[in-house]
Amino acid sequence: MATVERTAVKWDYAPAPESRDSATIKPRYDLFIGGRFVAPTDGTVVSTVNPATEEVLAEVAFAGPGDVALAVEAARGAAAGWAALPALERGKYLFRIARLLQERARELAIVETLDGGKPIRESRDVDVPLAAAHFFSYAGWADKLQYAFAGREFAPRGVVGQVVPWNFPLLMAAWKLAPALATGNTAVLKPAETTPLTALLLAEIIEEAGLPDGVVNIIPGDGSAGASLVRSDVDKVAFTGSTAVGKEIQRALAGTGKGLTLELGGKSANIVFEDAALDQAVEGIIEGIFFNQGHVCCAGSRLLLQESVAEEVVRKLWARMERLRVGDPLDKNTDVGAINSAEQLARITSMVEAGEREGATRRSVSCALPEAGYWFAPTMFLDVAPANRIAVEEIFGPVVSVTTFRSPGEAVEKANNSAYGLAAGVWTDNGAKAFEVASKLRAGVVWQNTYNKFDPTAAFGGYKESGFGREGGPAGLSPYVRFGG
Amino acid sequence: MSRSLTPVNRVGVDERAAALGRRSIKTTAKREGIRLATSMIDLTTLEGSDTPGKVRHLCAKAVCPDSSRPEIPSVAAVCVYPALVEVAAAALRGSGVAVASVATGFPAGQTSLKVKLDETREAVAAGAAEIDMVISRDAYLRGDDARVAGEIEAVKEACGAAHLKVIIETAELPTYAHVRHASELAIAAGADWIKTSTGKSTSGATPGVVLVMLETVRDHAHRTGEIVGVKAAGGVSNTKAALHQLVLVKETLGDEWLTPERFRIGASSLLNDLLMQYAKLDGGHYGRAEDFSKE
Amino acid sequence: MSSRAAVAKTYKLYLGGAFVRSESGRTDPIGGVNVPRGSRKDIRDAVKAARGAAGGWAKKTAYNRGQVLYRFAEALESRSDGSDEYGEAIDLLVHYAGWTDKLAAVMGGVNPVAAPFLSFSSPEPTGVVAVLAPDRPDVLGLIREIAPALAAGNAVVAVVSRTSPLRALDLGEVAGVSDIPAGVLNLISGRLDELLTPLCGHRDVNAIIDATSDDAVAAQVDELAAETVKRVSRPTPYTDSLTRLEPLVELKTAWHPVGS
Repeated sequence: MATVERTAVKWDYAPAPESRDSATIKPRYDLFIGGRFVAPTDGTVVSTVNPATEEVLAEVAFAGPGDVALAVEAARGAAAGWAALPALERGKYLFRIARLLQERARELAIVETLDGGKPIRESRDVDVPLAAAHFFSYAGWADKLQYAFAGREFAPRGVVGQVVPWNFPLLMAAWKLAPALATGNTAVLKPAETTPLTALLLAEIIEEAGLPDGVVNIIPGDGSAGASLVRSDVDKVAFTGSTAVGKEIQRALAGTGKGLTLELGGKSANIVFEDAALDQAVEGIIEGIFFNQGHVCCAGSRLLLQESVAEEVVRKLWARMERLRVGDPLDKNTDVGAINSAEQLARITSMVEAGEREGATRRSVSCALPEAGYWFAPTMFLDVAPANRIAVEEIFGPVVSVTTFRSPGEAVEKANNSAYGLAAGVWTDNGAKAFEVASKLRAGVVWQNTYNKFDPTAAFGGYKESGFGREGGPAGLSPYVRFGG
Repeated sequence: MSRSLTPVNRVGVDERAAALGRRSIKTTAKREGIRLATSMIDLTTLEGSDTPGKVRHLCAKAVCPDSSRPEIPSVAAVCVYPALVEVAAAALRGSGVAVASVATGFPAGQTSLKVKLDETREAVAAGAAEIDMVISRDAYLRGDDARVAGEIEAVKEACGAAHLKVIIETAELPTYAHVRHASELAIAAGADWIKTSTGKSTSGATPGVVLVMLETVRDHAHRTGEIVGVKAAGGVSNTKAALHQLVLVKETLGDEWLTPERFRIGASSLLNDLLMQYAKLDGGHYGRAEDFSKE
Repeated sequence: MSSRAAVAKTYKLYLGGAFVRSESGRTDPIGGVNVPRGSRKDIRDAVKAARGAAGGWAKKTAYNRGQVLYRFAEALESRSDGSDEYGEAIDLLVHYAGWTDKLAAVMGGVNPVAAPFLSFSSPEPTGVVAVLAPDRPDVLGLIREIAPALAAGNAVVAVVSRTSPLRALDLGEVAGVSDIPAGVLNLISGRLDELLTPLCGHRDVNAIIDATSDDAVAAQVDELAAETVKRVSRPTPYTDSLTRLEPLVELKTAWHPVGS
């Protein structure tokens, strides 16, 4: 009987790129105003690039101030009709959008990854399904508002202006549009400068779903278009983005009586106690800071470790970081993709340099990074002092600052020692302690023994300078209505 | 004395294990993965109807899984009941494929220690290089860790030079924290391998329990420098599941653990699916069962 | 006929549970009385007292806070002049006393998330709330704004009616005997143009209730609020209580895995 040799096999994953054939990107996209794609009247046409390769993906029309006014006018014209529609009919349009998002999921995931640099694994498993789920969930609210607002008189606000960021382009558009439409408003949505494509695909879907013209208007543009939109004749503004811009908007709206909700930045603490399930805590830390390259407002960017396990957690975390697969975002096995833009890369780089200057110990994974595109290796900072910039300011990149604490009280104090209050993580196997700490944290979302979980039924939003108003669940409806007679 | 359990967060484990199941293993990675998985198989038959003839056929397959594809390696071992060890040993002599035998009142373990030790010695004497024992779940569940450990130590001694795999039968343990605890207990008592399941209970080597066990041996290796192997047995019946296991090992312990010396898959029907998938990679067409020998 | 001289009352600010003169030493004569003219330092002291008291007040059980507010109503009843305004103010306190343990049920709940987690959202106090009370009605206008803020578990710094501050300042005496912890309610009299900026611009204020119905004030308040992203609400006398309460709480969502 012949023996067959068992030769040593060095096993690695072969490249597994998602095929781009499943998505067609048109050479040019126009503004979606009044139910039609139209060329800008006073705007410009700008190239949108793939941050992983710097290749131009498409030409995209950017709205000028006149275009913003046209979009608001279109929304205004559609407002009465949309609000007067029987609530179930309104809901049915949203259900249609949810279904179409699911049908075109693969295409949307590919385009999201191409335009924004996030791993296809995430756009496929998180962004797109959650966007569909959001529309599906809010679709069902449309004809149940009288229960959500039991005992109160309410009416749609009218026209809402919505400005969304570049980190979750489609998902944030869904978070904004679904509750606004369910409550009977019409909308003008401005996608982010660097990631307009999936919002424009959503515009196609909205067209395909047959929404009345002008109910949703989608106008890509830069910051100036956003500034025009919030200052235009809208009844309510919803913004997700940086705290600095959020403050500008709040100032711009001063005394106007317009409704406003802000979902801003964060410097969220991820707190690991010595009695935590450490391996899962490490996964939570990874998920917390490297999900979407750390371009997440609720990223667990401040890691607080109980001193007794700090060394062990750092060791495990580092080992885990070294296994992260950084590279081609379209590869289905990529864990960490490209930084969204050259500008963001410069910001991360400068913050990391500040961290080094201030004496923190930097450890960056030594992975091979592609030549073209914008990349930053997963990084942790040890020996971070609470006053260091990297411990205080939002980096919005794959960089975690590690510090230690000795008691639950000290952990809470350190976690709350921030101008922000968006989210926090608490890792302990002791339920009573978890709930005590969670109740003391001044943060809008507290993940106990998990991190970065989102659901259309669960309210999301910040305390303090992380903004006000909630998105998700019934709480996400009220910002879009006016109460009382 | 009350047990001190290392916390394990089940939802977190299952999430991580499931995420690793979504790794895309294609083309060359799939080809190499199939070869690797084949080399890690403990090709198993544990039926009342096992006969010397059936075991001989299985051994032939173990040594040369696919005669038309010489690059497919032999499996790691053939795993049988003690009564058939002698047959298997004869069939495998000189092949490099080991004989493994279940022992200690497999699968329930409800016999006396004396019977367990006698069975072990008999199997080793008949040519088993590896012994797959079961822990006494009855003792474990009522908190008698000392008895569980004592039995493992005694069986280990009875094994002599044979390697000891300790089956903790995860399906019968209350929680993931107990999977970890029982794994630690087995390792401390001298297990060379820890093994998920008998294959006779309600569930087997689910990705979650395998991940917990891999983390346990990883931490043990870090603390002591000692290597303990992991054997995933039960339910790993197709290529996708087997490749998922390899991904779990690779991303939890690293490439140096991707060897039959450190990781095994206990299976019977898996091998033919691996061969069929391999043939598909070669020929480009989906296969049928008739193309592969049934042992 | 009695020759007894009445004891004239010295009107004081209610600050940190104590009755104090304005640290500035200034007063404004209003209605024949020297009313303390609160200063920026009084505001600073009041916010500090409020912040110091906020945690303890928030931590009290909802039942306990409800009883304290109810006691406030009882104490006010004994001070009532029998007017409709007092009656309405007292009834409002009773209404909000009953809100404390309903907020979580009405605003929060379990979120039926599509994953193995227990997720729930519940309201928490936003922290320190600044109140710009309307000039009139002096008592009812103040109670309308502070009652929801207190019921939601916040500490309050209120600028009382500028034109008729006396009865509003008297509320401090009512609060002082109603088990409201020191610092949880602070009442400042004075001129709005002097007090608005230090109060609404104070970085340690979390929310502002602007009940002045004054557009110029609104613009100024909003502008100041933006500096630290304060929540601003502008209820009218007809605004329902839940709509008043909403901007005074933060909804916190907690997630916990379910599985052993």
